[in-house]
Amino acid sequence: MLRYIASGLAVLALGTGVNAETNKIKIGYVNTFSGPNAFIGNDERDGFELALDHLNHKMGGLDVQMIYEDDQIKPEIGRQVTEKLLQSDKVDVVTGYNWSNVLLASVKPAIDAKTFIISGNAGPSQLAGEACSPWFFSASWQNDQTPMALGELLNQRNVKKLFVLAPNYAAGKDMAAGVKNTFKGEVVGEEYTRWPGQVDFSTELSKVRSVKPDAVWVFYPGQAGAQFIQQYSQAGLLGQIPIYSSFTVDALTLPQLKELALGHISTQEWVQDISNPTNQKFVADFRKKYGRYPSYYSAQNYDAAMLIASAVVATNGKLDDKDAFRAALEKANFQSVRGKFRYNSNHFPIQDFYAQEVVKDAQGNYTMKTLSTVYTDMKDTFYQKCSMK
Amino acid sequence: MSLFIEQTLNGVQLALLLFLVAAGLTLVFGIMDFMNLSHGSLFMMGAYFAATFVTLTGSFVLGGLIAIVCTTLLGFVIEAVWLRPLFGRGHLDQVLGTFGLVLFFNDFVRLVWGPGGRTVGLPQMLQGHVYFGPNFSYPVYRLVLIAVGLLVAAGLFLLVQRTKTGMIIRAAASDREMAGAIGADINRVSAMVFGLGAALAGLAGLFAAPILTVQIGMGDNILILALVIIVIGGLGSVRGAFLAALIVGLIDALGRAYMPNLLRLILSPVAASTAAGALSSVAIYILLAVILLVKPQGLFPARGAR
Repeated sequence: MLRYIASGLAVLALGTGVNAETNKIKIGYVNTFSGPNAFIGNDERDGFELALDHLNHKMGGLDVQMIYEDDQIKPEIGRQVTEKLLQSDKVDVVTGYNWSNVLLASVKPAIDAKTFIISGNAGPSQLAGEACSPWFFSASWQNDQTPMALGELLNQRNVKKLFVLAPNYAAGKDMAAGVKNTFKGEVVGEEYTRWPGQVDFSTELSKVRSVKPDAVWVFYPGQAGAQFIQQYSQAGLLGQIPIYSSFTVDALTLPQLKELALGHISTQEWVQDISNPTNQKFVADFRKKYGRYPSYYSAQNYDAAMLIASAVVATNGKLDDKDAFRAALEKANFQSVRGKFRYNSNHFPIQDFYAQEVVKDAQGNYTMKTLSTVYTDMKDTFYQKCSMK
Repeated sequence: MSLFIEQTLNGVQLALLLFLVAAGLTLVFGIMDFMNLSHGSLFMMGAYFAATFVTLTGSFVLGGLIAIVCTTLLGFVIEAVWLRPLFGRGHLDQVLGTFGLVLFFNDFVRLVWGPGGRTVGLPQMLQGHVYFGPNFSYPVYRLVLIAVGLLVAAGLFLLVQRTKTGMIIRAAASDREMAGAIGADINRVSAMVFGLGAALAGLAGLFAAPILTVQIGMGDNILILALVIIVIGGLGSVRGAFLAALIVGLIDALGRAYMPNLLRLILSPVAASTAAGALSSVAIYILLAVILLVKPQGLFPARGAR
């Protein structure tokens, strides 16, 4: 009898011991917080923090401790701060990661440390295919998918001759490959510009004018997008040759672009007017807290926080049971702002993609509205190359 | 053919924008022997002033003039408060001190104007296109930029080569102490040249604002190109800066325009676009390296430069 009580006490002691040790979850968050593109990193952090507000800064009874690090959009810096988070802060999860090249450099240290790494935005093709990992999850999409939806939209809109323009780095090439993958017409011109740092696109725009395509597709994320659309307008091309984009005209660049972007059409996995209670709450609270419309960047990061929280709840806060934690992440048992959210075998979401248009709301703010659903339950094209089944 | 002319014009307008920044940088270096990395910040401040005052006054010309005046005043303040103590020091101290200013201004702008960028609309009269033929038009604004750039270049040339002030500037550039010894007020010349450089940076910022969108760190990209230009052109030489800016602008524009087609003769289209992007972006640095090897003084060194 005594033995039973003793062992019972021991179990209790052990149990409280574990709780005492892990009564908080440490989340490392790597994104761009300095330089001209800091507004993307800040927007993503805002989305993540709004989720924490909604969770009362607790996940399954554990207090959430956030540690933010700046990657300066440099792969080597991203890797360095990720290693710092893993080794000296000993975080339980790393997340954030807006840029594909930064993410690609930062994945290996996380995998080596057997720590889950969750992308809030970047989705390089490598990580969906050959380089997929049981430690990596995407809360966004694979890079090719959004432009693939755009290529399909171009087919629907009867575009025959397309001019493709993107920056010369990992995501730029994935995005262009995505459009070319589904677009059935002819690609009459293709330019890859210096990234980052090219400030003047007059050379490329002169080429567009001389080739006379039916439409132009571009991928210029962040500040470069506002710059490009503005120069496109100044070159007299806006209204002459329709321009479509991926990740270029969004809630972050619209306040600058204003009427230049009115009627602009792009594709996205999330639009602010998607009708479900989670999204309505997210958009309303985001606008209340930050005084602006959320972007897909902040929406995805809101989902990333909720995804992590769902796994902590499902495993009762046992962060050391990595297999159970992984199984819980794979279930993605949370209310996504996208409505539905489930994982494919390569840890990328299976989701819908929409066509969206820039409109003015009742207060005169510029925002997006959904036009149509381009793809339903779309899987990326790389998952069969992934060894996880 | 019209495409070639258009691409050449693209190169020339980029060159003249770069020249406006490089001219101030090279004058300050030539005359005060002072390495001023914060010159790019003056360019950025010029653009932010332009964004503010053009919106406030509703006039591109009036707002632009206020922006240039503000940038010039800011230049005087920076010179008097922060740079003068650094004048006698080595170049490394100056680089560090002015790099600190770059960081300061980037965060200052974030504090005052917020993290997002600004746009400056073009005035109605500059929005159109000039048609040179049925298939060949060019934006009025960029033609105006070319005209203003050429006027400034001519004005600077006359000022430096044909006036008494210019003579003193040149004298100070070739030997600061000696020019002081024969009675030129070197401090006044320094302040004047610094103000002139700031005004040119402000002018460049004003003209860049509608094209580039006004954003934090916009001065950093332009500063690197301006540094390349003054090294290629010869430190302290305005003529050198002008010619080097033309070379760099044309290499950049024509490289981007024609390199992919040339490489497509020997490579697959995708490889060609990738390689061309990489090659045209490093072409000017290759040129820089070659010039440093062959003619370390630059192509057109200021007379008497050490």
